Amino acid sequence: MFDLEKEFLYDLNKEVKTGTTVMAVTFKDGVIIAADSRTSSGSYAVNRVTDKLTPVHDQIYCLRSGSAADTQIISSYVSYYTNMFSIEEGSQPTVKKAAHMFREFLYQNKQYLHAAIICAGWDPIDGGSVYSLPLGGSIVKQPFATGGSGSTYLYGYCDMNFKENMTEEEAEKFVTYGITEAIARDGGSGGIVRKAIIDKNGVRRKTVYGNKLKKFWEK
Amino acid sequence: MSGIGTGYDLYPTTFSPDGRIFQVEYAHKAVENSSTAIGLCCKDGVVFGVEKIILSKMLVEGTNRRVFSVGEHIGIATAGLTADGRRIVQNARQEAKNYENFTSDIIPIHVLTERLSIYVQVFTLYNYIRPFGCSLMVGSYDEEKGPSLYCIEPDSVALGFYGCAIGKGKQEAKTEISKLKLSEMTCKDAVKEIAKILIKTVHDETKEKEMELEMSWICKETKGKHKLVPKKLIEEAVEWVKGQENEED
Repeated sequence: MFDLEKEFLYDLNKEVKTGTTVMAVTFKDGVIIAADSRTSSGSYAVNRVTDKLTPVHDQIYCLRSGSAADTQIISSYVSYYTNMFSIEEGSQPTVKKAAHMFREFLYQNKQYLHAAIICAGWDPIDGGSVYSLPLGGSIVKQPFATGGSGSTYLYGYCDMNFKENMTEEEAEKFVTYGITEAIARDGGSGGIVRKAIIDKNGVRRKTVYGNKLKKFWEK
Repeated sequence: MSGIGTGYDLYPTTFSPDGRIFQVEYAHKAVENSSTAIGLCCKDGVVFGVEKIILSKMLVEGTNRRVFSVGEHIGIATAGLTADGRRIVQNARQEAKNYENFTSDIIPIHVLTERLSIYVQVFTLYNYIRPFGCSLMVGSYDEEKGPSLYCIEPDSVALGFYGCAIGKGKQEAKTEISKLKLSEMTCKDAVKEIAKILIKTVHDETKEKEMELEMSWICKETKGKHKLVPKKLIEEAVEWVKGQENEED
């Protein structure tokens, strides 16, 4: 029998997840982070213009994938603590500190959470840094990191195209094409590409709208 | 027995009419009863020295510690009720460890000092717990920032010092310290100078029994780690002080 609820409304009861593609890449002067803009609940796009680039501090951002609720609350905790510490200490927080705070929350509460975070930014001590914090609560410092459901389509692309110490232009191209490709292939990713360039001068945000996304091999 | 504070000095929860909290001031007196401790900021580090009165020949050397390590990079020297000092040091160690676990960075000394200050202050608020009867000197050395020395008193005031003394002989010690050129002194020199102040100026041989010197430092040589000054150096310093005495005679 045709059940309206079962067929169409079931999806709305699913937890809101950021089925996602996110990337963070270190380059000569800092880091560039990029993400798609789709938040899905089953097969319904709850938000098609999501901003997944979440500021934690002036020059430290995090990229969220997994449960939207989990990642939002944790990033607001870490943002709170980095602000408190930087005021107490009178100095800019390092990306390492913020990333390790993420790790503490993710690991200690791993039974309850479904959250993976990439913490990236610039600080005067280490320059541009990218830390990957996958599901279990481990922490790994990497020259570049990808996350979310769409990242599976980018392993080959990244391995073949990443270079150390890229210029800003090269790095921007690297992440834009990467997210574009993942949007094309991954159902959980879509919308526009949001980017942020973080270096010693601060943060510059950019957006590439849907119609401007480069089309790769398409019949 | 009536003293100045009679009537207003039973609990830390009572102010006197002239705005003093006598229980906290009496806590200071407890510090002044104890033997002297000195801390100096030198060119390349921080040195602590404590005059320990040997109460009995049966006591093992080095027992009854007055200097403690917090984390690897911070040292604390106490004067006053040693047990109270140990309690605060334990709190300091937990703060340092929690900070490190949470942020993966070692705790900066001014953050630790502020937290200990806040901790000590709590005990001046209630009538069922007494203030701490000890003063602490907190010291650390960093390649970039250089040496740092703070002194926390029972009223929780924490001030930064170039050179500081707490305990019975603090007035005489402070006078001697102000004569030293600390910015040009190395830690090795400071060991000698501190020994001199403690043995000659502060320690009264006629009134008190023998003393033992407990010294520790955080300096370039120890790579920023808090360590006890090697016994050999202390013995050399004591010899040097004796030599000075003979010269003056």
